[in-house]
Amino acid sequence: MSRYFTDEHEWIEVEGNNATVGITDYAQSQLGDIVFAEVPAAGTKLSKGGDAAVVESVKAASDVYAPVTGTVTEGNDALADDPALVNSDPEGAGWFFKIELDDLSELDGLMDAAAYKAFVDSL
Amino acid sequence: MSDDTDMLKLPLDAWHHAKGARMVSFAGYAMPIQYEGIMAEHLWTRDNAGLFDVSHMGQLILSGDNAAEALEALVPGDISALKEGRMRYSLLLAPDGGVLDDLMITATPTGLYVVVNGAVKHDDIAYLRANLPEAIGINHLEDRALLALQGPKAVEALIRIVPGVDQLYFMEADLFLWGEVPLWISRSGYTGEDGVEISVPAESVQALADALCGQPEVKPIGLGARDSLRLEAGLPLYGHDMNPTTDPVEGNASFAISKRRRAEGGFKGADRILKAVTDGPARKLVGFTVEGKMPVREGAPIFAGNDQVGVMTSGGFAPSVGAPIAMGYVAAAHSQAGTALEAEVRGKRVPVTVAAMPFIPHHYHRRGASK
Repeated sequence: MSRYFTDEHEWIEVEGNNATVGITDYAQSQLGDIVFAEVPAAGTKLSKGGDAAVVESVKAASDVYAPVTGTVTEGNDALADDPALVNSDPEGAGWFFKIELDDLSELDGLMDAAAYKAFVDSL
Repeated sequence: MSDDTDMLKLPLDAWHHAKGARMVSFAGYAMPIQYEGIMAEHLWTRDNAGLFDVSHMGQLILSGDNAAEALEALVPGDISALKEGRMRYSLLLAPDGGVLDDLMITATPTGLYVVVNGAVKHDDIAYLRANLPEAIGINHLEDRALLALQGPKAVEALIRIVPGVDQLYFMEADLFLWGEVPLWISRSGYTGEDGVEISVPAESVQALADALCGQPEVKPIGLGARDSLRLEAGLPLYGHDMNPTTDPVEGNASFAISKRRRAEGGFKGADRILKAVTDGPARKLVGFTVEGKMPVREGAPIFAGNDQVGVMTSGGFAPSVGAPIAMGYVAAAHSQAGTALEAEVRGKRVPVTVAAMPFIPHHYHRRGASK
């Protein structure tokens, strides 16, 4: 299993051709209190860099982008009842969706944990 | 992260940073959007007391003989009837009756003390200068900061530092001394809670903010919670819920058109405004409850079936309500409380219902009201 990060502050945990996607702890701390999350349904086709989900804090709505191209296999239904999971456990129970990747080579352009940490520290 | 080099700094700028604030650009100033989090700050203010830095707002003194009568040409309130130490919410009117700003006007021994919104304060001053007689002085108090202390425990915390403030009732103001420092304090605010607003010399604001936050009831509160608190209180935000294209009657502010002024007119846009008072406005600013959890925000179109009948001007999650709420303009035919409509968010229809405002009851300390 490997975890990658995007410069839009999504994380993606990959196992074989399948992956789980969420937003990073840094992203949730910047957004503040999450009051609503809309996740894609199973079967939704997503393109790398395209809109995948929406997360809303008290203040504003923000888009979550697809880190890779593929087909959604599951959205995290728990976020409908408890969107604050994104604040309390962003890189665990607060995941957004699972996706089957079309092209594993798309992962090559993403950051590993050390590179992402350096990126956040530079902001 | 936004670059804050071209933002103006408030007198409390360093203090906000030291308190862990996240700063954003608002009305040209670097301002604290939140400290520990909007939800916690909002709920703290409803239960305790929150300290807001609103020093971006414009503080003016209009002086000279008959300043009140002169100002009445530009606002629809009965300003000349204001007794010293009393204040009134009013609206600065464009020639066509549109709203250029909403403001607070207090009669003081040195003239009318007027507080205007930060984003339009320079436009307001220019408009006042162009439209008031030369004999009326306009003094912009740029050397004063403005703090709001709001919440059910605001006054009990404040009187430990500034005794006597509890003598004020809602919409009353007076001069107090904090040691040698003169404080102009009014029992007013924009959260729906009891509380005060304190005009303080800029060089003393940091010491005062520290003294207030030294009280166990008081925490600093950012702009984020200020917005959610005022929305729950059903209070319009200028530039969003009111602007130069809306008149006071549409904007749910008919209460600001005093009885004498309705009879006499004589203010900018009186023809349009008094016609709307008599005939009813074509559209109205109303509140909405929202079904489900998805926030409906500013800009969302409002539909009755296939017809667009309005647009949201404010909206978001309401921490004390525990659900999303919104405010917007709808055609008068759809403005009755209880009317079921739909808002559109990201292409999806969301059921909304016209609701009486405020969403959370006001807790003002009114003269004559039982405690």
